[in-house]
Amino acid sequence: MSPVHHDQSADAAVQVMRSLPPPKPVTDSGLPPGFNASRTLPVRVELGRQFGRRRTQLVLGFMVALPIILAIAFAFDTGDDGGTSFVDMAQHSATNFALTTQFFSATFLLVVVVSLFFGDTVASEASWSSLRYLLAMPVPRIRLLRQKFVVAGLMSLLALVVLTAAAWILGAVLYGTGSVSTPTGESFTGWGAIGRLGIIVLYLAVSLIWVAGLAFLLSVSTDAPLGAVGGAVLLAILSQILDQIDALGGIRDWLPTHYSFAWTGAMVDPIRWDDMVRGGFSSLCYAVLFTGLAFWRFSRKDITS
Amino acid sequence: MRALLGSRLRRWTALVVAVLIVAAAAVIFWPRSTETPVATRDLTLPGAKAPWDAAPVQLDSTLYLPTATPAPAVILAHGFGGSKASVVDDAQRLARAGFVVLAYSARGFGNSTGTISLDSLDAEIPDARALVDYLATLPEVRQDKPGDPRVGVTGGSYGGALSLMLAGTDPRIDAVVPVITWNSLQAALFPNSAEVGATGQGSDGAAGPKTPAEVTAGADGVFKKYWTASLVSSVVLGGALGNTAQVDVGPGGIGGGSQGGSGAATTGDPNGGDSGTGAATVPSDRDPGCGRLRLEVCAAYARAADTGRIDDALTKLLTRSSPSEVAGAITAPTLLVQGEQDTLFPLDQADANARAIAANGTTVAVDWYRGGHDGGAPDPETEDRITGWLQHYLAGTGPVPSAAFRYSVDGGVTDNGRPRTRVLQADAYPGIAGAPAVRRTAVQLQGADQLVLNPAGGTPAAISSLPGLSQASGGLSSLLTSALPGQSATFSSAPFDRLAVVTGSARVRVTVSALPSVTTTAGSAQAATGPVLFAAIGSRNSAGTVTMGRSAVAPIRLPASAAEGDTTVTVDLPAVALQVAAGDQLIVRFTTTDQAYAGPTSAAAYRISGVTSVSVPEANGVRVSAGEVPIGTLIALIALAVLATVGLWIAGRLRHRPRPAPQAAAASGEAGPDGGPDAAADGTPDPAELDAPVLPLTIRNLSKSYPGGVHAVQDVSFEVRPGQVLGLLGPNGAGKTTTLRMVMGLIRPSSGEIAVFGTNVGPGAEILSRIGSFVEGSGFLPHLSGTANLLNYWRATGRPMADAHLDDVLAIAGLGTAVRRRVKTYSQGMRQRLAIAQAMLGLPDLLLLDEPTNGLDPPQIHAMREVLRRYAGTGRTVLVSSHLLSEVEQTCSHVVVINQGRTIAAGRVSELIATSGEMSFTVDDPPAAAAVLTAIDGVGEIEVLGDTLQVDLGRTSPAAAIAALVAANIAVSSAAPRNRLEDVFLDLVGATGTGPQQGDPA
Repeated sequence: MSPVHHDQSADAAVQVMRSLPPPKPVTDSGLPPGFNASRTLPVRVELGRQFGRRRTQLVLGFMVALPIILAIAFAFDTGDDGGTSFVDMAQHSATNFALTTQFFSATFLLVVVVSLFFGDTVASEASWSSLRYLLAMPVPRIRLLRQKFVVAGLMSLLALVVLTAAAWILGAVLYGTGSVSTPTGESFTGWGAIGRLGIIVLYLAVSLIWVAGLAFLLSVSTDAPLGAVGGAVLLAILSQILDQIDALGGIRDWLPTHYSFAWTGAMVDPIRWDDMVRGGFSSLCYAVLFTGLAFWRFSRKDITS
Repeated sequence: MRALLGSRLRRWTALVVAVLIVAAAAVIFWPRSTETPVATRDLTLPGAKAPWDAAPVQLDSTLYLPTATPAPAVILAHGFGGSKASVVDDAQRLARAGFVVLAYSARGFGNSTGTISLDSLDAEIPDARALVDYLATLPEVRQDKPGDPRVGVTGGSYGGALSLMLAGTDPRIDAVVPVITWNSLQAALFPNSAEVGATGQGSDGAAGPKTPAEVTAGADGVFKKYWTASLVSSVVLGGALGNTAQVDVGPGGIGGGSQGGSGAATTGDPNGGDSGTGAATVPSDRDPGCGRLRLEVCAAYARAADTGRIDDALTKLLTRSSPSEVAGAITAPTLLVQGEQDTLFPLDQADANARAIAANGTTVAVDWYRGGHDGGAPDPETEDRITGWLQHYLAGTGPVPSAAFRYSVDGGVTDNGRPRTRVLQADAYPGIAGAPAVRRTAVQLQGADQLVLNPAGGTPAAISSLPGLSQASGGLSSLLTSALPGQSATFSSAPFDRLAVVTGSARVRVTVSALPSVTTTAGSAQAATGPVLFAAIGSRNSAGTVTMGRSAVAPIRLPASAAEGDTTVTVDLPAVALQVAAGDQLIVRFTTTDQAYAGPTSAAAYRISGVTSVSVPEANGVRVSAGEVPIGTLIALIALAVLATVGLWIAGRLRHRPRPAPQAAAASGEAGPDGGPDAAADGTPDPAELDAPVLPLTIRNLSKSYPGGVHAVQDVSFEVRPGQVLGLLGPNGAGKTTTLRMVMGLIRPSSGEIAVFGTNVGPGAEILSRIGSFVEGSGFLPHLSGTANLLNYWRATGRPMADAHLDDVLAIAGLGTAVRRRVKTYSQGMRQRLAIAQAMLGLPDLLLLDEPTNGLDPPQIHAMREVLRRYAGTGRTVLVSSHLLSEVEQTCSHVVVINQGRTIAAGRVSELIATSGEMSFTVDDPPAAAAVLTAIDGVGEIEVLGDTLQVDLGRTSPAAAIAALVAANIAVSSAAPRNRLEDVFLDLVGATGTGPQQGDPA
C-alpha cells in the first residue's frame, strides 16, 4: 500500500497533517469560536470581491470616459445657437455640463449600470458555483442578499457620483464654474447650483431603485447573469416605450419610468418637488415589491447551481 | 409525494390568488368610462314668435330625468355653434345630481327652426321663457306655484348670456349660473379701454374702480375681427370651416362638454348630420351667404367686417343681445363663472355683470377659473361649485354656497413647460354688495419716451392670441409674448420686493403724440379713424423671460383729434390674474398692431410717453388649492423608505435559530448499524465521543422529491461518528450529492431530519460553520488568485484569521507559486486541490468531500487518502462520497452504500467485506480440499471452479480453514476473501430492485 512514486507536493500535504492541532473546543452555543452569523460576508469583503472584477472597473472607467467623449463632441459645436434645452446649454458651466451628462445617461446608461450591478451580483455567484460555499459557510440567505444588495447599491451610487463628479470637474476645467442656466430661463450660482445637482443625483438614485429591485429579483431567479441584467434592461425599455403611448392615458402614471425626468424639477425656483415625490414613491414601491419577492424567493429556493 | 404535490399546488394557488387580487384591484380602481344612463325624453317644443317670424319656432329639446321626481329643473343652454347634443355630458351630470334637465337647441342651431339672432331679447329669450312655460306643465318638475316651476338656468358663452337675459326677464327663474359669457356684446366685440382726458382718476396714485376688473367701455371700439369672423363663419359655412367652427364652440355646454379642451369640445362636430346647419353649407344663388344667421345680423356683421367700425344699426342689434340691458332686474342668486384665458369675453364682462346684478341686491358670486374660450372647460372643482349653487338655491339641499371670489394664478413656467397654478380665494368679490373695494397700489414705471410705428397696411401685425388656441400653443407661447420690433413701447417697474398678484384690470395713464408720417403728410384717412394702440400687462423675471397676462390685449382707439399733437388717455389694461414674483418686474406694453383686431391700415408713428405709474389691483386672496407637493405621497414615501431601511438592517441580523434535534440525544446513545463495537474495535481512542456524545452527523429518513415526481432521495438514514472517515458509496445518480447538499443547507429536504453535532440543519443554520465542504466542483471567483480566493472566503466567515490555518491548507493544496495566479488559469486538478484546501480552512470538525479525488494524479490521490485518514485521526470527522469502490475501500474506515435514493448498507468496510465470509482458495486438489472444508463445522456452500474453490466459511476464520487444508496436505497457492466490497456492492445494488432494504446486512 505504500506509494511507489513520491511527489513533493503530496509529501508536503502529508507532512502538514502530522502537526495538525486537535479540534478546538466549541463555544457554548456549539459553534466555532469567533463565528457570528450576523458578521458573515462583511460589506468590506464583498466590496473587495466586486471591485476586483474587470466589469466593475470598466463601468467606473466608462463613467469617467463618457464626459470626456461628450466634451469632445461638444467641441464641434460652432457656438451658442441660443437653444433652450439642457443639451444646448451644456457648455455654459460645469454644472450645465454635468446636467447634460445626466440627461444623456438617465434613461439608458444608468439603467444598464444599475441592472449590471444588481442583476449580476447573485447570478454570477451561482454561475461560478461560489454561491453554495457562501451559503454553506454559512452566510444566512437573507443576510447574503442584504449584503449583496447593499454592496450593489453602493457601487451603483458610486458610478452615479463618479459620472457626475467627472462631468462637473471636466466642465469646470473646460467651461468654468459659472452659474448654471436652465431651459426655463433661470440661473443658479455657486453652492445653490451644486446643491441642486446633489438633489438630482439623489433623485436619480431613488428613481433607479426600481431597476435595482427588478434586476435583483431576476438575479436570484436565474443562474445566468446575462439573463438577469438583460431582462431588467429590457423591461425598463418596455416601460419607457409604453410611457410614450398617449392612448394609455393615466395608466402611464403607474409605469415605473414615468417620472424618470422629474429631476428637472430641481432646476426651477422654487424646486418643483411634486413629480419627484411621486416618482420616488413609485420607484420605491416597485423596488420594495421586487426586492421583497427576491428575498422571499431566495430564502425558499433550492440552490442547485 | 403527496406533500410535494401539495407544495406544488400551494404555489399555483398562491399565483392564482395573486392574479385574482390584481384583477380585482384593476376592476375596482380602473377609471370608469361609462356611468349609468339617464332617462331621457326627446321633444319638439314650441318657442316664441319673433317679430320677423311667420310662426313660432320649433325647438328640438331633450328632457333628462333624475331618479326621483318631482325635482327642480335646470334649463341647459348650449354655446354658439353647438346644439343640444353638445351639452349631453353636462345634462347627464346635472340629472344625476337630482335635476330635471331641459337641454335644447337654440333657434337656428341643430334641428331647431328659425334663424340665429345672437340671444336677442326679441327672439331667443322669449323662446327660453316658452320653455319655462312648458316646465310649469310638467308633473316631474317641482312647482313653486301654478305656472311657476322651480327652475334654474345655466349655460356657457352663448348659453350663458341667454341664462342672464332669461333671468333678467323672467322672475320665475330661481338660480342662474352663466359661464364665460358677455355683459355687453358691443363692448366685447368692439372694445375700447381708453378714456380720454386727465380725469385724475387712476392717472396717478392708487385710484381706480372699486371692483377688480371694471374696464372703461369706450365708444367706437376696435373690431375683434378674428374671433368674430371665426364665430360667424361657423354658422354661415357650417362645417366647411372645420376647425374654426369648432374653436368657438368651447362653451358648448357649461364650457364645452367633457373634452376639457378649449372648446373644442366639439370633436365630433355636434352639428354633423344636422339638416339645419347643413343646409347652410352650400350657398345657393338666392342665399346671400348668411346661412342660418338672421339677415339683419348678417348684414350688419358684413358692414363691420368691411369697415372695421361699428355702426348704429349694429349697435342697436348688439344692445338687444346684451345682458347689460336686463341684468339689473335679475333677482335669482347668480354665480358668475368667467375664464381667465379668454380673449373673446374677458374678465371685465363678468365684472360688469356682477356690478349690475349686485346693484339690485341680488346674491352674486364670481369665480375666475383657469380656462375660458382660449383655455377649456371649467375644472372639476368649479363644476362642483356650480352644482352646489344649483342644489342649494333650487333643491334647498346642501350648505349655503360661499359667495367667495375664487381665482387661479399661474406661477412661473417650470421645467415641464407648464406653469405652477394655484387657486386663491377672497371672502367676497371686491367692490360689490358692500364688500370692501379692491386694494389698488401705485407702482412706479420707468421707461424713456418711445417711438412706435404702425406699418402701412397694418402688417406685419403682432400676434397676441390665437382665438381658441392659446392654451394649445405650448411652443407658441414665446411667439405670443414677443412684440414686433419698432411696433411696441415697453415700460417696466423696479423689481418687486414682494410677491404680488395683479387681480383685475390695472389702470395706467399714457400720452400719445402723433408724429408726422407718410400718410399724415399725404392727408389720408388716418385722421378719420383715430390712432389705435393695444395695451398689455405682463411680468418679466430676472432672467428676462416675459410673461404677458393671459396673452390678452386691451385695444384703445384715440379720438380722431389725437392724430395731431399730444393726447393723454387713461387706459384700463386687460383684466388678468397675473403673478409678479419678488424680484420680477411688472411691465406695461403698448403695441400698434394686433392680428386679432381690425386696426388702422395707414402708416403712422407715435411717441409714447408719460407712463410713470400704474394702479395695480390686488384681491389678497388666500391659497385654497392643495399644495404642490402631494403630502400623502410624501409621507408614504418617507414611511416606505424608513421601512425598507429598517428591513435591510434587520435582514443583516436575522439568523437561523439553532434548534437541538429532538432525537439527537437518543441518536447518539443508540447504537448505529454497527455502532456498538465501532470505537473499541478500531482501537483508536475517540476523545470527542467520550467528552461529548454528540454525533457529527445524523440523517434520518431523509427524502427529497422535485416537482414532477422525481425522487432524488427517497429514504436515507445513517450516522457519522467522530473520527470516522466515512465513505458514501453509490452509483452515479444514487442521491449522494443531493444528500450532501441537504446537509449543507442548500436544498430543503422533503422530509426527514439532518442533525449536525446535535443540531437540526436548515438553510443557513449556524452549526454549518463546523462543516467544511467541497461538493460538485469548486466555486471560485475566476478573476482572483488562489490565495485571494481563500482569503476572501475566510474573511467572509467573519472568523479570526488566526483560526484559518491558511498556510497549512495551502500546503495541503500543494499548488506552490500557482496560488498567486488567477483561478481562471487553473487546470481542473488545481481547482480541485484548491477547493479541498478551502473546505479545510479553519480545520472544520466535519469535512464533507464529494468525489475529492476526481481529476487528481495518482500520487495526489494517494496523498489525499493519507491526508483524510490523518485528518480524521485528529478527532475530526470526514465524509467522502464516491462512486468508486476502490476509492472508498482504500480511504474509508466506514461505508454507507446508497442506491436509488435509499441506504442499502452501512458499516465498517472490513466488516462489510468480512461478514460475507466467502473465501477463494486456489489449491492443487480441489475435490480433496472441498471435502476437508465441508468437514469443518459451520462452513456453508462450496463451489469448485477449476482449481479454485469458492467457500462460504461462515464463522470459521480463514486461518483455521487454511490450517485445515494444509494439515490435509493440500497445497494452497492463494487464499483471498472472495467478495471484496465490489461484490458486496453489486449484490446489494442488485438486491434493491426487489424491494426496499434497510441497510443492515449483518
